[in-house]
Amino acid sequence: MKRTVSRKIKERIIETGLFLCALSSVFITLSIVVILTYESYGFFKEVSVVEFFTGTTWTPLFAEPKFGILPLVSGTLLITAISLMVALPVGLISAIYLSEYAPHKLRETIKPVLELLAAVPTVVYGYFALLFLTPLLQKILPDLSGFNAISPGIIMGVMIVPYVSSVSEDAMKAVPMYIREGSYAMGATKLQTAFKVVIPSAFSGIAAAFIMGISRAIGETMVVAIAAGMMPNFTINPMEPVQTLTSYIVQVSLGDVPHGTIEYKTIFAAGMVLFLMTLFFNIIGFWLRKRIREAY
Amino acid sequence: MQNIEHRAQSTDIKKRIALNKLWDYIFLATGLVSTLAGLVLLFALMTNLFIDGSQRLSYKFLTAFPSRFPEEAGILSAWVGTFLLMLVTAFAAIPLGVAAGIYLEEYAGKNWLTDIIEINIANLAGVPSIIYGLLALGMFVYFFKFGESVLTGGLALALLILPMVIMATREAIRAIPNSIREASYALGATKWQTVWWHIIPYSTGGILTGIIIGLSRAIGETAPIITVGALTFIAFLPAAPVSAEFPFISFKWLFDPFTVMPIQIFNWVSRPQQGFHINAAAAGIVLLCMTLFMNAAAIYIRYKFRKRIKW
Repeated sequence: MKRTVSRKIKERIIETGLFLCALSSVFITLSIVVILTYESYGFFKEVSVVEFFTGTTWTPLFAEPKFGILPLVSGTLLITAISLMVALPVGLISAIYLSEYAPHKLRETIKPVLELLAAVPTVVYGYFALLFLTPLLQKILPDLSGFNAISPGIIMGVMIVPYVSSVSEDAMKAVPMYIREGSYAMGATKLQTAFKVVIPSAFSGIAAAFIMGISRAIGETMVVAIAAGMMPNFTINPMEPVQTLTSYIVQVSLGDVPHGTIEYKTIFAAGMVLFLMTLFFNIIGFWLRKRIREAY
Repeated sequence: MQNIEHRAQSTDIKKRIALNKLWDYIFLATGLVSTLAGLVLLFALMTNLFIDGSQRLSYKFLTAFPSRFPEEAGILSAWVGTFLLMLVTAFAAIPLGVAAGIYLEEYAGKNWLTDIIEINIANLAGVPSIIYGLLALGMFVYFFKFGESVLTGGLALALLILPMVIMATREAIRAIPNSIREASYALGATKWQTVWWHIIPYSTGGILTGIIIGLSRAIGETAPIITVGALTFIAFLPAAPVSAEFPFISFKWLFDPFTVMPIQIFNWVSRPQQGFHINAAAAGIVLLCMTLFMNAAAIYIRYKFRKRIKW
């Protein structure tokens, strides 16, 4: 009798402990929100919200600081757009190839290798962008500056390809075989089946892959910090140096910024904008993935 | 008359079939090229890195501190820092992540709280790594006053890979058939006994794979470590964890400043001199070998455990 009681107590204690571990993940999110909000709140006591979101000059480290976030946002979006121009077509085509055309053996060998691509540290990709791709591009475009948006954008695209292709391929693999067979029975080729039957059926999953790719590109830091230059630049010209939200945070962190100053608070304000942007895309992606799970 | 029309139609169809087949082949070629393009490009980049960096790789490079002169600089403080950081990360992330994974798979009921935890973990996996750096800066550096130390850096990376560890644990546990649990309960085992003696041993392979892949990602992370204020130039090592005098084990190293491999590479890449770029490439080779080795180990473990356990 006594043994069962002590056993039950022990079980309860263990269960509670495990539950607290699981709950800790919620506390991580909460602490992110609290810290970003708290420090941004301090920032917005000194800088007006309107200036922050509409100003086109970002010079918080100058003697006469200006706090307009738009150059950082435009830099982030510019590099994201360039990387997506590489990642989306290449990722989608190779996903279709792997899911619909490739022989089983080839797929089984290529998939792990693509996963290895994702394991390469981003700082190494940054090295490639600055010291390999930029000099190469300068041979084609002579007036390209040493730091620019296009080179890190392309490298980041290459970095995201495995991610986009593997998630889209999973979505296409989840489309039941009989749907394809129906299409083949009507005399459609593989290509027609892929584009008119498989892609529409797997649309939610492919869209989720794209959205997650966008979110990754927005949050990527080191490639941009190394190869894009650290110049807040309100431009859509990919040949010029730019600064993104992430690389601004890196730039300030590298220097010696004292705790509690306005410069210190700017990185949290920039982080807040970054967090909200990625959160927006993550929520859409999450919702889309949930839809595929319900579809079949 | 009708015959001719019929023939014309059939050549029409034949043409269309030929055209469709042609498009099919064109796409086949495009698909193969774009799938391999990434791999070929990566191979070219790696070759480039190896050609640039191999001239600097030597025993001296691994055992020297950073220096103002590229030929004399080395990565001793960087790889020691990386190693210590991984130690802290593993100690923090593994118990927490595995426990959370076990709870969600074996204990959690279907209710709103479980839903929140699950959505939250999926969301955490998509938060940019630099945000974890800001979290660690606000929480560990200034709130808990750990300073810009090994402990802060390790905990920041632990938070970063926590979702990966949780997801890997859950996937590994989900692969265990229910009959195993039922057999254990039938013999009078409690829930925890079942978990401890059956669920954990059978899922070790999958969990280990997830942990190693998580750590290999943490090893290459730069952004959160820069944010918590790791230094870029460190010409000393953290305090030794063991000493000859009482009490023999010291935890002072946890609170020492540090640098890690990716930061050292970043620092060298950012300098204008060619000599430092060579150093960056050499350190890049070392870092790349570490991550690829870890990933290969993960793939091997997954393969080995899959072979050993057959339901």
